[in-house]
Amino acid sequence: MDAKVITKEKLVELLDQFIRDYEVLAPVRQGDAVVFGQIQRGSDAALDVKRTTMSPKGAFFPQEEVLFIFDGVEAQVPTESGARVLFGVRPCDGRSLTVLDKVFDTAEYPTVYYGNQRERTFVVGVGCNQPPDTCFCTALGGEPFGKAGLDVLLSDLGDRYLVEALTEKGERLLEDSALLQDASEEDIKEGKILAREAREKLNVDLHIEELKAKLGGMFEDPIWAEISMSCLGCGACTYVCPTCHCFDIVDELVEVGGNSGRRVRVWDSCQYPLFTHHASGHNPRPSHRERMRQRIMHKFSYYVNNFGVIACVGCARCLTGCPVNLDIREVLLTLAER
Amino acid sequence: MQDLTMQLRDTARSLLRDGKVGLVIGYEHGSVLLRTKPCFVRNADDTDRLVWSPLCENNIASYLLSIKGRTAVFVKGCDARALLCAISEGQIRREDVTIVAMPCEGVLDRRKLAERLQGRQISGGTVQDGKVTVVGQGFSESYPLSELLPVGCVHCTHRTAPVFDIRIGDAAPEIEAIDDYADVKAFEALSPDEKRAYFRQELASCIRCFACRQACPLCYCVECFVDQTQPTWYHKTGDLSDTLLYHVVRALHLAGRCVGCGACSRACPMGIDLTVLNRRLLRDVQELYNYVSGLDPEAAPLLSAASPDDPQEFIK
Repeated sequence: MDAKVITKEKLVELLDQFIRDYEVLAPVRQGDAVVFGQIQRGSDAALDVKRTTMSPKGAFFPQEEVLFIFDGVEAQVPTESGARVLFGVRPCDGRSLTVLDKVFDTAEYPTVYYGNQRERTFVVGVGCNQPPDTCFCTALGGEPFGKAGLDVLLSDLGDRYLVEALTEKGERLLEDSALLQDASEEDIKEGKILAREAREKLNVDLHIEELKAKLGGMFEDPIWAEISMSCLGCGACTYVCPTCHCFDIVDELVEVGGNSGRRVRVWDSCQYPLFTHHASGHNPRPSHRERMRQRIMHKFSYYVNNFGVIACVGCARCLTGCPVNLDIREVLLTLAER
Repeated sequence: MQDLTMQLRDTARSLLRDGKVGLVIGYEHGSVLLRTKPCFVRNADDTDRLVWSPLCENNIASYLLSIKGRTAVFVKGCDARALLCAISEGQIRREDVTIVAMPCEGVLDRRKLAERLQGRQISGGTVQDGKVTVVGQGFSESYPLSELLPVGCVHCTHRTAPVFDIRIGDAAPEIEAIDDYADVKAFEALSPDEKRAYFRQELASCIRCFACRQACPLCYCVECFVDQTQPTWYHKTGDLSDTLLYHVVRALHLAGRCVGCGACSRACPMGIDLTVLNRRLLRDVQELYNYVSGLDPEAAPLLSAASPDDPQEFIK
């Protein structure tokens, strides 16, 4: 499909059109936070928000997900059905889905829950004309107008959006819409200039290649005690992170001693002491030092070894959401410079 | 403010150089605009990292719970009170800590600033001489700091540490206006349904990351009840009743201990503010027992002591 354009007023109508056919999730305000939530009207989408407080990972890997409901030995797997549109995803978050796919959506070990959510979702991204100055996607191979993980990319050209279908799925989503017009050469060129300018604005170098090469050998480095000193040990960084995916599984019974209830997968965090607390009482990660090391190692060493990609997309939520401004960019630079 | 920073650095330098302490905890410039972050200095040559301003928002007393050895802390009044409370509860040894009292004019409430900015991005910002100045594309604005203070700072009665070893600068002038707890009264006037609606709305965004608990210097239980599994008091799934249980139990557990520093609400990544719960308890403790926590490291904690004069009205 050739590139299209849509005026800003018409975009709201397009969303309304989607709402008639699909469940639509978009950034919405919830108190002081901005999260992805279902919208009933196109105008409810907070598209001016540069970075949502929570990433859209919960749409695929919810904080709480019922795996099955059981009654004695009978079990029922709840299935979500019907197509849906996840609208207003920033390119870093789009890319984070390709990171999560490596764990949850592999040919060898497909996860039915995550896979089903991915399958039924059209992901519509919006490029970042003015990325906040804390962002660092470019240091990790991403781009403010990156296309990974997205089915459609919108580029804000002022009074209109350039609309590009990036996958067959994206083409399917857009194919019948009369609200879209063919983009001119000029529109396409303008989109390219925007993307280049935004990329140039985010000129961040965190010496990632050097870090990747040496991180594996830094397990016992005393620096971990230093850089984790201010950490309070909450899980905010991991919960706002678009790629963190540790979980716990709990059974909840309808009544104490009964045999019916539900098995639920819930987010967990490597930053909590309970995460590695053994039944014996021993904890192999007894302090912030080991827990922060785990978080950094998992993203920048273990994940690279296991799947060939870094499990960080540079969205900067962890550093803006941190109560003590513990900045992962500074941590990475400190480690790279060791 | 510049002057205070210089004096602070000098003090930190001599404390470390003379071997009086092995570690200094204060604040340094943060990595994002209008933020500082906790700063740990062991070497006298590194003390120039330290800064002092109304951006020093964290309550650094919490670090002393796990740090061993002689340590100096540069504290606001509320940091000091939390520290003194922890000392009175036997969690920190008074002789291990050198309390350096800083004059505090209140800390910047980033949420109140965000309300003024209405989504506009800033490219620079300073807080100086009681003024918050921000600049961005096509605008430059200045607001009195006094209008951008969190509720705890507005009603703060101890802006300088009530007990200290060293004081830098003059003691901050105390606020004379008596706290009328207008926010608490407004909350109390709500019907049960309205209260439920209030909690439902505030807690809808709670992600249960426990940043509020971790940021609190007085939330130091070795094992928090939400982490206990046998029995399970708190389900890990997101039912509102569980979320509410956590926040209410946390508030009650801080009755007679909370110093109202507001570190919990500033720590919340989702912007949840349950200060009214803590303030309700602050008022009760003050009205019923004429007690203010964190003033005297020798005093018995309120709920560990009984007196024949204690109010008995609850006995019918």
